[in-house]
Amino acid sequence: MGYEFDFSFLSEYAPDLWRGVWLTLWMTVVSIVPGFVIGTLCAIGRIYGSTPVRRVATVYVEAIRNTPLVIQVFWLFFGLAVLGARLDAFTAAIIALSINVGAYTAEIMRAGFESIPRGQREAASCLALSGPQRVLYVELPQAVERVYPALVSQFILMMLATSIMSQISAEELTGVAYQIQSFTFRGFEAYLVTAVIYLALVTTLRLTLHGVALAAFPRRRRLGTPL
Amino acid sequence: MEPMVRFQDVHKSFGAVEVLKGITLDVPRGDVVVLVGRSGSGKSTALRCINGLETVNGGELHVCGEKLHDGKTDLRKLRQEVGIVFQSYNLFPHLTVEQNVTLAPRKVMKVGAKEAKELAAHVLAQVGLSEKAQSYPEQLSGGQQQRVAIARSLAMKPKLMLFDEVTSALDPELTGEVLRVIERLAKDGMTMVLVTHEMGFARGVADQIVFMHHGKVWERGGAEMLRAPQTAELQQFVATDL
Repeated sequence: MGYEFDFSFLSEYAPDLWRGVWLTLWMTVVSIVPGFVIGTLCAIGRIYGSTPVRRVATVYVEAIRNTPLVIQVFWLFFGLAVLGARLDAFTAAIIALSINVGAYTAEIMRAGFESIPRGQREAASCLALSGPQRVLYVELPQAVERVYPALVSQFILMMLATSIMSQISAEELTGVAYQIQSFTFRGFEAYLVTAVIYLALVTTLRLTLHGVALAAFPRRRRLGTPL
Repeated sequence: MEPMVRFQDVHKSFGAVEVLKGITLDVPRGDVVVLVGRSGSGKSTALRCINGLETVNGGELHVCGEKLHDGKTDLRKLRQEVGIVFQSYNLFPHLTVEQNVTLAPRKVMKVGAKEAKELAAHVLAQVGLSEKAQSYPEQLSGGQQQRVAIARSLAMKPKLMLFDEVTSALDPELTGEVLRVIERLAKDGMTMVLVTHEMGFARGVADQIVFMHHGKVWERGGAEMLRAPQTAELQQFVATDL
């Protein structure tokens, strides 16, 4: 074969890789929170909202889930710029990611809410809780707990999807890897290292979300029920 | 004194099926009224109308002096005065026993945290479950869960308690512990309406027994009514039960 593996570029490009890692992490974290909020509100809107609210939520969910993320972010970054609304790459990326993950989260949370037995709602109403109190204290915690594994996978998919943001010049991890290979011609090594870094990032996210679950679901923690 | 609950020719339909065909019935304050009858006789529906879980289609229903279903009824206010316990307990599984009991007092009646804790201790003692305050519902037996459900309703200091077949999911031993709690409430003077299949219990606790049949009040009377039924339908019902 004659090819000699050479990872010596790592020391030279370490600072760039670090910057890429941080940008990837930061994009992920900054998008998960609004994505979860948007998704949850949409799910509640689709179940309890008036007809117009339900329609708007449905159109949003379907429009986003049936178009590619890369087109959504191109439209925000290049499309809006044509109209004079220039967003920087990072802003465009986190808006696109939040809106995108929000649509998927909406469907996951809807499944969660709908899986709660009717008796729970009845009992809450019979205790004179208001509609919003019932959703907040009785339904939401149970819904999140029931669909938590699905939410975690969705957030992990979103972390991996940040890799397309180099397409709009956001120099996250994949963007940095592309640069490294184009300067060094060490594509095999550069992308291998990148894959290992993604693996580490995803593992970190998974562990973090597990920690969040332990804090958020005290019953699971106490009874030792696996998540 | 006006009764706690007054049904006046109450009608209720689900689609084309008329389930209540003109119920007239008073529940005096402090009384225990037991509704008995076969499945489908309308007894659970009648009970659920009292706290607005079902809306009536005709006639008048007054609860705690308020006329229900005239479009202005504040259901939340009504439900602070009328507690209900279901066959399936419906405890909130993500909350501890104490949190189950204190949720409504804290959020609806805005009781402070310390006061809510004391309230929980009081009602849990009433149902004999003081030591389970920090347990989760899934750690309890069915009978214990049902007693927590009773405590949860009592924490709202209701004027009227409704029990909808609360022992139907329990074996005889657990049924006994739940019924004893209800008996004690009756002794303390709580106004109650119960739907039950426990005829022995009905005889023991009821001030008034109401036999429902085909959506109507077919026969009613004191506990002795079950021993000397007037109508053929009640005769048959009692015979199949014993």
